[in-house]
Amino acid sequence: MEITLRELVTSIHGMLFGGFFLLALFGAIVLLLDRSNPAQIAGDASPSQPAPRWQTIYLIAMVALGWTAVLSGTYIIYPWYRAVAPAGADLALYPKFLLTSHPSTAGWHNFGMEWKEHVAWIAPMAGTMVAWVQLKHRAAWNAHRPIRTTVLGFAAVAFLAAAIAGGWGALINKKAPVQGGQSIQLMRSAK
Amino acid sequence: MTEIKLVPQNPANGPVAAAVLSCAVGCFLLGLLAVVADGSKRLAATLNFYRPSGPLSGVTTVTIALWIVCWAVLAARWRNKTLAFARVSAFAFVFLAFGLLLTFPPFGDLFLGR
Repeated sequence: MEITLRELVTSIHGMLFGGFFLLALFGAIVLLLDRSNPAQIAGDASPSQPAPRWQTIYLIAMVALGWTAVLSGTYIIYPWYRAVAPAGADLALYPKFLLTSHPSTAGWHNFGMEWKEHVAWIAPMAGTMVAWVQLKHRAAWNAHRPIRTTVLGFAAVAFLAAAIAGGWGALINKKAPVQGGQSIQLMRSAK
Repeated sequence: MTEIKLVPQNPANGPVAAAVLSCAVGCFLLGLLAVVADGSKRLAATLNFYRPSGPLSGVTTVTIALWIVCWAVLAARWRNKTLAFARVSAFAFVFLAFGLLLTFPPFGDLFLGR
């Protein structure tokens, strides 16, 4: 059972960084909703006290996953995806050119990838702001309902942006997988 | 019986307003730069910071830099202030909505008259 280096790195980008970021954003929205509960706010012994340790670790990990996902996508996977195919080359190794070589598949790049490559960056930006407010401005969060509503709205947009980027990434990689590079043997075949 | 303590009513909301508004402005700039770079070969070449990634590298790097600068400036100006947050929020959601729309290729094409 083998996998190429590019397939492995693309999987790590999408399923580990991107996938867990999406899950973490959903968890953060649940956390924000819980912390918006009036009983929770009224019962907060000291609104200025720092966030519980687990929330700090969780939110920092979420933000780190988001930034790692977009940075690995932009600077590692995307160059493999958009590499220019030399004349006569096997287009299977050049996903962008494979997709744009035929009108029936060009939309996967011209619409899907063009949208994904930009909208993805909104998710870690908004996620960072959400985490920052949760970790540094809990008193303001507790005191002002408009802050809670606004930050929840941004968290929802971050989730939407990450879902759009992840969804298109998965579909595009199914249509024209990023592949090539050194083969890595994951398991020896019985036969 | 659980004792319910009162929350202080008026901690400054300026730092949160700075974080929210700068984030929204950053998202708007991302969309705007993406569309403008798509429509201008000259700007696309200027934003080609890392050739293998193309203009996307410059669009995102400039966006992040401007977002951080905007956040730092607003945070410094609004550090101890309490603002009309609903107004800041309305502006932020308008910027965010345009940012999202501009990343949507058909809207960007419409913007460029294609």
